[in-house]
Amino acid sequence: LRKNVEDFTGPRERSDLGFVTFDITADILNRKNGLQTFWDIFDWNVKQLFLYLSAEYSTKNNALNQVVLWDKIMLRGDNPRLFLKDMKSKYFFFDDGNGLKGNRNITLTLSWNVVPNAGILPLVTGSGHVSVPFPDTYETTKSY
Amino acid sequence: RAAGLWFRWPGSGGAAMDLFGDLRRMNKRQLYYQVLNFAMIVSSALMIWKGLIVVTGSESPIVVVLSGSMEPAFHRGDLLFLTNFHDDPIRAGEIVVFKVEGRDIPIVHRVIKVHEKGNGNIKFLTKGDNNEVDDRGLYKEGQNWLEKKDVVGRARGFLPYVGMVTIIMNDYPKFKYALLAVMGAYVLLKRES
Repeated sequence: LRKNVEDFTGPRERSDLGFVTFDITADILNRKNGLQTFWDIFDWNVKQLFLYLSAEYSTKNNALNQVVLWDKIMLRGDNPRLFLKDMKSKYFFFDDGNGLKGNRNITLTLSWNVVPNAGILPLVTGSGHVSVPFPDTYETTKSY
Repeated sequence: RAAGLWFRWPGSGGAAMDLFGDLRRMNKRQLYYQVLNFAMIVSSALMIWKGLIVVTGSESPIVVVLSGSMEPAFHRGDLLFLTNFHDDPIRAGEIVVFKVEGRDIPIVHRVIKVHEKGNGNIKFLTKGDNNEVDDRGLYKEGQNWLEKKDVVGRARGFLPYVGMVTIIMNDYPKFKYALLAVMGAYVLLKRES
């Protein structure tokens, strides 16, 4: 799982707004008995996967922050390999305060919710995550 | 076994005849017995429900999905099984069932933003998968975040379609009464043999 990110923050009245563009290359696999198979994740009882990219970080204001930047529904039958480039975050990356400026350690992780035809609803976190630093200054000139 | 208290009139024919015949023959003791049986069934059901509430930590461990805002994952009529353990942290991506302050109807949506303070205070934002915008429009006037106290539970498992019965009973109360009448008649009249 690899993500390449470019990011900056824009000044807003009360809270920092982060802008992130990213690439995602991922294979959603299911590990069974140590063997990896591509198509295993969509077994007979899996209706869909709800994928989401979340940013997790700490600020002065809050010990833990998690913001979902992007999500996608992958139905049974869709290709479990993702090859997305230059994606912009779907949702506004607002912090609760001004904790993005100069924050060196924002971790982006890809996770997914397995929705079965019937049964348990597990939440799985993908292996591999990317750490993203935000710059120390606000960007006022860049357009998104 | 209804020991020794039942007996058949010799020669009475046909199931319908038997039913009315039974009704006439039922003496008081038998009737009380059947009523007690019925009460026991109802009490057991209630106990199981209360037990579920204790075990899951949720005030409503089984809920029916009422809207299509979480499609294509959940549809109207699906049944969700919830837990609400106090120590379970609320994390982005989880499906939570919550109630907006002052409203009775629980809403099933996904957590998309979490801000947690060091002391455990959490505030979070939700959004239905099938909705364009987040739930701020659904919250109380001026409320921008949900808190732990608004949570009824987290969705841990689900069964499709099964909850439709409750929706039908709600929308067509005559159906509900008919169903109750049939169940009551069955329990009161069934004979233990």
